[in-house]
Amino acid sequence: MAKDKSTTVQVQTYADHHVITQPNPLRKVLRRVAEEDRDDPVARAEKALAGLSGEFKNWMEVETIRLAAAHAAILNDGFTNATREELFRAAHDIKGDAATFGFPSAGATAESLCRIIEHAPDLGKVPSGLIAHHINAIQAIVHARTKLDTASMASELSRKLRGVADEFLAHANRDRPDHLEAVLAPSIAPAD
Amino acid sequence: MFRIDFNKLRFLVCDDNPHMRRILRTLLHSFGAREVYESEDGATALEMYSHYVPDIVITDWSMPIFDGLELAQMIRQPESKGNPFAPIIMLTGHSEKRRVTVARDAGVTEFLAKPISAKGLYQRVLNVVANPRPFIKTKTYFGPDRRRNTANAYIGPERRIGGEVEVLQQPSLLDKARTPV
Repeated sequence: MAKDKSTTVQVQTYADHHVITQPNPLRKVLRRVAEEDRDDPVARAEKALAGLSGEFKNWMEVETIRLAAAHAAILNDGFTNATREELFRAAHDIKGDAATFGFPSAGATAESLCRIIEHAPDLGKVPSGLIAHHINAIQAIVHARTKLDTASMASELSRKLRGVADEFLAHANRDRPDHLEAVLAPSIAPAD
Repeated sequence: MFRIDFNKLRFLVCDDNPHMRRILRTLLHSFGAREVYESEDGATALEMYSHYVPDIVITDWSMPIFDGLELAQMIRQPESKGNPFAPIIMLTGHSEKRRVTVARDAGVTEFLAKPISAKGLYQRVLNVVANPRPFIKTKTYFGPDRRRNTANAYIGPERRIGGEVEVLQQPSLLDKARTPV
């Protein structure tokens, strides 16, 4: 049996940096299995996730209620740091969760809304209704999900909203190169 | 073929969204994990990190008051009481390149963009377990080596001073396993 390798941290020092090699304490959790081993933890987890799916629509409705409440606060109080932050958080959560919950178009629309909130130089000058259209679209997508033609309509709706939002943001940020770069850069979210 | 014994791993999950915590808990339990600690904000996560000494941290980025980025920065303090080397997987809805760069520079080990999938999470955990990277310490950075490979085809500037840098690469356990005995 091979002797256990050094258990101490090894440090190599260079002119402006150190390279630190520490023993991997997690190697003990790796084990070799036979090729015939049929256990598939990913399939098991996907099945468990599918078991949760009955709750996803309720969860999405909770998220859209939060989003609507954040928007209502803005209609009442205008854009303050607090109202802007809450609207962004509500949209950001939907952006991250919606596809997992089976509402990818709602997630795409929420992403477009996040981009407006992040990159519009003055939220008070965002074209009338653009933010409300995004919120209404997300609510409509979530509520109408059970209809047969919903998926393609939802996708088309989110695509059109994104187009309008991007056109506004590109124009509004024409003198702000950092924001313009962020607006025009593609997502680098890797596929699995 | 290699499998991870998830029942030997201790996870700390940090996300302010209870639905996402439920999903992560479901996935990790399905993989076989038995110790999954949860927090809903970065400050609580930092306390739990010191107390429970998790093997792997999975954190969201955007959280109120004390976010995942600050949590990673605090964990990576070399002078901190806790283990500064623990793998940190950042699970987030942010997917812009500059965000990935910021997370990387905060010392995050792996970045997993939402929507979450069982396969994506499993692969990130497998990667931190089987392919640990050495840590680099500079005046402004402490964390996993931000270079994922040492491809000879690189033609950009060498930003590390010290002549021909020899980064100590540990062969991954998977590579060792594939090498004929």
